[in-house]
Amino acid sequence: MNELADYLREALGDRLIEARLRFDELTLIVPPAEIAGVTTMLRDDPQTQFVNLVDICGVDYPERAERFEVVYHLLSPRQNQRIRIKLATGEDDPVPSICDVFPGADWFEREAYDLYGILFTGHPDLRRILTDYGFEGHPLRKDFPLTGFVEVHYDEVLKRVVYEPVELRQEFRNFDFLSPWEGPEYVLPGDEKSN
Amino acid sequence: MAEIDVRNFNINFGPQHPAAHGVLRLVLELDGEVVERVDPHIGLLHRGTEKLIEARTYLQALPYFDRLDYVAPMNQEHAYCLAIEKLAGLTVPKRGQLIRILYSEIGRILSHLLNVTTQAMDVGALTPPLWGFEEREKLMVFYERASGSRMHAAYFRPGGVHQDLPPELVDDIGAWCDPFLSTLKDIDDLLTGNRIFKQRNVDIGVVGLDDCWAWGFSGVMVRGSGAPWDLRKSQPYDGYDEMEFDIPIGKNGDCYDRYLIRMEEMRQSVHIMKQCVERLQGAERHGPVTTLDGKVAPPPRGQMKRSMESLIHHFKLYTEGFHVPEGEVYAAVEAPKGEFGVYLVADGTNRPYRCKIRAPGFAHLQAMDFMCRGHLLADVSAVLGSLDIVFGEVDR
Repeated sequence: MNELADYLREALGDRLIEARLRFDELTLIVPPAEIAGVTTMLRDDPQTQFVNLVDICGVDYPERAERFEVVYHLLSPRQNQRIRIKLATGEDDPVPSICDVFPGADWFEREAYDLYGILFTGHPDLRRILTDYGFEGHPLRKDFPLTGFVEVHYDEVLKRVVYEPVELRQEFRNFDFLSPWEGPEYVLPGDEKSN
Repeated sequence: MAEIDVRNFNINFGPQHPAAHGVLRLVLELDGEVVERVDPHIGLLHRGTEKLIEARTYLQALPYFDRLDYVAPMNQEHAYCLAIEKLAGLTVPKRGQLIRILYSEIGRILSHLLNVTTQAMDVGALTPPLWGFEEREKLMVFYERASGSRMHAAYFRPGGVHQDLPPELVDDIGAWCDPFLSTLKDIDDLLTGNRIFKQRNVDIGVVGLDDCWAWGFSGVMVRGSGAPWDLRKSQPYDGYDEMEFDIPIGKNGDCYDRYLIRMEEMRQSVHIMKQCVERLQGAERHGPVTTLDGKVAPPPRGQMKRSMESLIHHFKLYTEGFHVPEGEVYAAVEAPKGEFGVYLVADGTNRPYRCKIRAPGFAHLQAMDFMCRGHLLADVSAVLGSLDIVFGEVDR
């Protein structure tokens, strides 16, 4: 693993921001513009041969200036190694697609677009994939509520499925188990006069 | 002669079609009976599992994994538990590992039995599912006897398994193995040499090895194309390195080879199960099944009723849950359908910050267009059958 990290530091040079080794897993951080070049190199270099695309996914950190991380996982069956490549991007900054490098990236990028709204340039067909036809918003963003905005039911009169704003029978309960002994910050119902 | 206006024909395959294996909508563009383009529409079973997991504690998130690939539930839990164990640095006691391997292999047989027999049904045979489901029923009883639930077991826990197996159950699993091999032989006799089955599967859906890797295939799909690649051998986890078993590989990369591999893998799984049973009855007869770290694994129920300390731990672990140190890991297991991975980002609290589920079926299904182009319409269901798709994990 360490050898691989050293080799990649040398081979990638400026295209690498950082190479990190934790939990026996190697993580490369690259600038978004370099992703296609880096993955091509990792795939074709006889020393690495990361020919198998395992996964692409987004992660949302709303407090950062560039809020999204796109995480790529590759596997080299020849070398029996795994690698993770990360890049940071903002809401409006597109990332180059790697569909030309790995055809299997197609759906994974569509999924990242669907769930996070990360845009990929050069993707042949960037449509929504998992959510409903005509869905609005990007559900895995941290600012998207767990209950969503609309609910569906079948309307007997109209004879079709209709969308309505979510109406919860019971308020969504988010238990704060982190600090029950120090005392929660909210006031329990019926407890208003205790102070 | 008048010019005939020839145009391609678009049809919808599914979402309610028995050969679609669940809720898949395929938009097929046909030229006569030849498939020109396949556009799979997925997401009809999307439940937002990853979003829900972010709002639960680590333990509460575990049962969601049963509901992904619901024909082999415990294999999914396994990947999730491995990810947490890697982050938190937990070790699983030997007996716990053996029980996990035993139930992972039961899961593999459950899944392969369903796939092989329904693939036969897709191409026109009705008897194999009836024979196969009888055995699946017995395996689900083993699930129930261990966890109390036939499908959604929630039995693997971070650090081990929930409860120890009663000795009679281990004996019964051991006694099931040999009769199953003869049932498998019956199914084998019915299908392997069958003329119709061969006509429908041999040389259908051929994929080369390079394409397999580039499309992100794993598991049976790459082994069918000739790669000796199995995570149980190449990146062993939880004591698979101590098990003796073989990896069957195919030569042609067609549907028939993948069928043959699944049949052989079931035999190998039985072989592994026998080794586990032998050790669970012998050297590892007694011992803990879950980690001894009391800050992760709850105390046994009997102890919880008597000791104040245990009661507090029990309460805290089932309300607040345990905290997982900050970091990110990717853990993968060789699930029956291929590499099932969990990419877990922890921020040091009691809830996962991000849990990406890497389902093998997702990568396989996106290659439908690539695999079916130029095939006949009837081959679409054969290819789909051999991809081994379960919508719980594709749509998540």
